[in-house]
Amino acid sequence: MLFSLIESSRSALASIIAHGLRSFLTTLGIVIGVASVIAVISVTQGMSSFIGDTFASLGSNSLTIQSYTPFEDQMKGIRARLTPEDMELIEKRAEGIASITPVLFANRASQIKFGSQTAFSRIMGTTYAFQDVSQSYMSLGRFIAQSDNLTRRRIVVIGDKVRENLNMPDNPINEYVDIGGEWFKVVGLMEAKGEIMGQSQDDIVLMPYNTMRSLQGNQARTDIQIQLSLSESAVVEDVTQQLTTLLRNAHDLDSYEDDDFQIQTAEQLMETFDTVINMVTIVIGGIVSISLLVGGIGIMNIMLVSVTERTREIGICKAIGAKRHHILMQFLIEALLLSLLGGLIGLAIGYGLGTLISSSIPSFPAASIPLWSVALALGFSGFVGVLFGILPAAKAANLDPIDALRYE
Amino acid sequence: MALIELNGVTKYYEMGDQVVKALDGIDIDVEKNDYLAFIGSSGSGKSTMLNILGCLDKPTSGQYHLNGKNVESLDPNELSEIRNLEIGFIFQSFNLLPRATALGNVMQPLVYRSIGYRKRKEMAMESLERVGLGDRVDHLPNQLSGGQRQRVAIARALVTHPSILLADEPTGNLDSQTTIEIMQLFDELHAEGHTLIVVTHEDEIAQHCHRVVEMKDGKVFNDSTTNSAAVTS
Repeated sequence: MLFSLIESSRSALASIIAHGLRSFLTTLGIVIGVASVIAVISVTQGMSSFIGDTFASLGSNSLTIQSYTPFEDQMKGIRARLTPEDMELIEKRAEGIASITPVLFANRASQIKFGSQTAFSRIMGTTYAFQDVSQSYMSLGRFIAQSDNLTRRRIVVIGDKVRENLNMPDNPINEYVDIGGEWFKVVGLMEAKGEIMGQSQDDIVLMPYNTMRSLQGNQARTDIQIQLSLSESAVVEDVTQQLTTLLRNAHDLDSYEDDDFQIQTAEQLMETFDTVINMVTIVIGGIVSISLLVGGIGIMNIMLVSVTERTREIGICKAIGAKRHHILMQFLIEALLLSLLGGLIGLAIGYGLGTLISSSIPSFPAASIPLWSVALALGFSGFVGVLFGILPAAKAANLDPIDALRYE
Repeated sequence: MALIELNGVTKYYEMGDQVVKALDGIDIDVEKNDYLAFIGSSGSGKSTMLNILGCLDKPTSGQYHLNGKNVESLDPNELSEIRNLEIGFIFQSFNLLPRATALGNVMQPLVYRSIGYRKRKEMAMESLERVGLGDRVDHLPNQLSGGQRQRVAIARALVTHPSILLADEPTGNLDSQTTIEIMQLFDELHAEGHTLIVVTHEDEIAQHCHRVVEMKDGKVFNDSTTNSAAVTS
């Protein structure tokens, strides 16, 4: 068995090389098919693993609660809100929470000035606990302290992108910035976190929560976001359930009414992204695998031509003692080698293509080829080779030696 | 027991409604180291005879014993094996594999015997040297002359050490000088103890042989031992 395998491969290889151009054109279908499959997979998988990494750095056991108003209600002028009272309630009653912090977004233009430079940024009011919840680390200075909040100090902690946009010195500590006509002293610079899907994580300005509230004036309509991190032992689902019950009671919702708030976990977000990316991979992969089938048909076609062309050769081989399986193996292995060769070339081109795509789009994650996709591509092209090689090979093997020898 | 025994062998082909009797009751024995020619005009059944003797085809009825084995009961794969072990073919149009070198062509039958590459090469070289082509082993068939190609084909037939060498118009595509050379080679092979069966329509070729069987309409018309037999052997 092994002997005839080696001998068949030897003669198949010789025949492939003898018809170099034809072999290349035959495998082109497989090359293109595999290359596109691999390119698609490498790009989406690179994206997926990148997203996974980013969300892990966000803290996988953190929760964000924000108000949610269905579009219909928005049209009626109703606005759901999360209030500081809601947060107090959660702080007192909910279990399994390590730290909790309100986040209040600036409701006026989020313009920030330094000297003559003006920039726009996400300006948020929050507390010392934000550092823990969002897993932020300081590169210079300090974070917002509890006392800053109590005394409503005019201080800010800025992200690295803000410093860059405002042309501030490398060490911006103790510089003053202008937000909404008020002066704030920079006390801290946060470590750079990079980007998620093209959005900078470092383009933020944090000030004490109470300072932000006092700036906003109308406190009755405050709508805050609550961010919290869970203690080690807490189960995300349990806490989510608990929070839902607490907030529904606090908001006097009847059982038929929908939640007027949303609880999001970083993990949930990640799963959503993953699902989308996997769907894209499967759909595009499916479309592209059709081209592999077409490539397989191309191989079958050429193999059939090749069998006809070599009818006399087959007759000679049979006359000098080739059995059915010798001929079958030779043609089957030729088809298999052709498509595997195409698969290998396609793999290389696909990887190159994926790398090219991901490097030509700025801030796009690097392409990565998981091992399973290599196995899949080679396995599938091998399968295609065998599948579409069987018919021509059987045709060759079943030739009658006398007819084959007479064939002109 | 004779090397080849044919008893009442017939071969019928159906052409539409008509039945063509290509062989019509052949009884013939061929002894070891025989040097035999089948002659006859075209349509006399000598090609069919060659196909049957070469185990490329099976008789419609009758019995064919080759080296004591009844060929009739064998399936296509077993026939392939018989051809590989017992028969060396030499064709009019040489029938070499066009993309294999002389050496590759001679090595090919040994592949089907599962003989390793090194041993194959050794045996093939020996066989090529026997036919006087030891210096052209790396040439492709289209780089060789007709006579050289036929020598490669003979080397290929010899390499398996078959019981019989079957030649079908072996000099039909060769000029007269080469024909003489090839026939000399045949004579030598006969002298070495090989059994040769030649199908031809040329009397000069037949004259080299020990025994000439003339065929007509699928029957043996005349079976005689020629004078040249005494000369060659």
